[in-house]
Amino acid sequence: MTENLEQIVARVIAELQREGVSPASPVSATPTPSSGLVVDLPDPTVQEERHRLRVENPYDPDGLKNLCAATNARIGVGRTGARPKTASLLLFQADHGVTQDAIYGVVPEETKTALDLFSVSTKAADRAEYLLRPDLGRLLTDEAKALINERCKKDPDVQICIGDGLSAAAITNNLVNIYPVIQQGLSSAGLSMGTPFFIENCRVGVMNDVNTIVRAKVVMLLIGERPGLGIADAMSVYMGFDPQPGKSDADRDLICMITTHGGTNPLEAGAYVVEVVKKMIQHGASGVKLRELATGA
Amino acid sequence: MLLRTKLFGVTYEFKDLKEVLAKANEEKSGDQQAGIAARSYAERVAARLVLAEVPLSALRENPVVPYEQDEVTRVIDDAVNETIYDEIKNWKVGEFREWILSNKTTGDMIRRVSNALTGEMVAGVTKLMSNLDLVVGGNKVRVVKHCNNTIGQPGRLASRNQPNHPTDSVDGIRATTYEGLSYGSGDSVIGINPSDDSVSSVSRLLEMTKEIIDRWEIPTQNCVLAHVTTQMECLKRGAPVGLVFQSLAGSEKAMESFGVSVGMIDEAYDLAKKYCWPAGPNYMYFETGQGSALSADAHHGADQLCLEARIYSMAKRWEPYQVNTVVGFIGPEYLYDATQITRAGLEDHFMGKLTGISMGCDVCYTNHAKATQNDLENLAVLLAAAGGNFIMGVPQGDDAMLSYQSTSYHDAPALRQALGLRPLPEFEAWLEEIGLWRDGQLTDLAGDPSFFLKR
Repeated sequence: MTENLEQIVARVIAELQREGVSPASPVSATPTPSSGLVVDLPDPTVQEERHRLRVENPYDPDGLKNLCAATNARIGVGRTGARPKTASLLLFQADHGVTQDAIYGVVPEETKTALDLFSVSTKAADRAEYLLRPDLGRLLTDEAKALINERCKKDPDVQICIGDGLSAAAITNNLVNIYPVIQQGLSSAGLSMGTPFFIENCRVGVMNDVNTIVRAKVVMLLIGERPGLGIADAMSVYMGFDPQPGKSDADRDLICMITTHGGTNPLEAGAYVVEVVKKMIQHGASGVKLRELATGA
Repeated sequence: MLLRTKLFGVTYEFKDLKEVLAKANEEKSGDQQAGIAARSYAERVAARLVLAEVPLSALRENPVVPYEQDEVTRVIDDAVNETIYDEIKNWKVGEFREWILSNKTTGDMIRRVSNALTGEMVAGVTKLMSNLDLVVGGNKVRVVKHCNNTIGQPGRLASRNQPNHPTDSVDGIRATTYEGLSYGSGDSVIGINPSDDSVSSVSRLLEMTKEIIDRWEIPTQNCVLAHVTTQMECLKRGAPVGLVFQSLAGSEKAMESFGVSVGMIDEAYDLAKKYCWPAGPNYMYFETGQGSALSADAHHGADQLCLEARIYSMAKRWEPYQVNTVVGFIGPEYLYDATQITRAGLEDHFMGKLTGISMGCDVCYTNHAKATQNDLENLAVLLAAAGGNFIMGVPQGDDAMLSYQSTSYHDAPALRQALGLRPLPEFEAWLEEIGLWRDGQLTDLAGDPSFFLKR
């Protein structure tokens, strides 16, 4: 076959025209004789593209606009027969694809070395085991415990840990922004910081194991959230006062959806986190207990 | 009790029926997490060889949670029709499979036997079924129920319109409801998962959906899937409830983790009959899903398929209009990938129908499961072929509030078109009358939510 792409497109269009079918003209696939095929597309995930209405001949165009503005659900997407339009089908696939890349992605070494983080691992040996066995993601390996014991300062006011969780992209994209804010905030509050480190394949409950070694007043875990469709880099910060084995989410405080893609900005989140830590140390409590004490005070 | 077989010269022995049932189960990450799954493919088949020779009476006499300890077991056992049970109690599980699939056995004959089955019997035979067995067996059994319209007839596929919004915005949910209706979604129910479980917010959504139903004279019912106690309070205060919803689990302890008991659902059912606005007589809507008992540490060492089957056997008590498994919502530690989710969806539908339940499926997955929208669409086709009563309709498959993917508003009309299925009869007539559906497919006017700004 020596027929090139340009010739194929021309032939197919000619055939369709012979059969009386006029294909909806593909915007960017028009071949130009001099330069050949040029496909040069705008990003379909930016807001104005994402929310483009695709209903053909709506009964009430202004009304349709208002309806679609009332929700973040994917409505007004239109159809061809009983199936979605090509553009909305591919946008959906892009949004799902980015979640998979985040879950099976790895936080790059540069991100860790930039903040001088060393790495340890939980008992979940790889991603598959991590997804299958949440219990193992809450436990440090013996090697991890030994390394933390050797490298970390003990009895600090605050111990910061960073974990991949379910989104490597959350850490890669947000850590560099949030970390300095937390560091400066804690330091100007006069709180001492332990030696920060990175935990691979970790779940939130690993905080309990960490504090059996470092004995911090407050442990803070910055961790990647389970990616939602289209927002794959949201990070959470979990904080607990003196976490120990047996402590649960009821004993922790949390700020979630930290991302520059439609969530809480990492800089604001960092400032908020420092305020929560200060309150925890003031009341000597976290979670449900802190809320009771803080409202009682 | 001796439960033993040889296979390729190796002897496999099992200590009790609970172990046989667990090890005979198709591979599920939840059973592996619980430490009760077969340790090899050969052991799994050995367990099935043994299970095939077990009489149904042994499964009734050895429930996975003892009668004295568990009200779910008691509700199921007390409801067995003893006359029919006497006819089938000596059937072996392998024979039961062949009886279900035999061309001499009609759907009505299966429905009669349903009255004598317990969850363990239903799960047992399901473990011996291949995927296509589950399709053929499921398709034989029709369970027809009526609330404001009729669900479950042959050749019909309904769709729940699920217009969720992250903060329960009334305008946002109304707009999404219109989108769904414009695709012919909503014949099973217009059903909202609320993010705010308060009586006032839930009542507001009930009133808004009822207003749409009245204004457009839609033959359907509404539901807000709050905790059952919230809906009971709404009913008492006069809010317009079409169906009363609750999630159920397969042991008393697992039910407790959902904050419900048999007595509480009895009370909700009485209130529904007293105050729900549609004609009835079926007013209840339940959701289930394999793995929920294990996640509440309430599985009693039993496998997730057995516990799931027990929910259906219990649910019969309240004559539900519809029940669906939310098959892929629970995550990869219970159902790891598309193979396991697909299998579980087919199992749950078959088990529901065999039990006599109007069964549908929320065909879905989360982003950390090894599954894609293509896998979901495959399962939707299989379920439609198996005669599933309903699937979900979610804006392009992306739930704006629950952060998971389900079937799109596009999918029910696509399945209807591809497989020659139709919406529920009263709803189909309504769609045709307002001009959104003709000759088995969507008209040019469909897919436009602003159509519903006319009235």
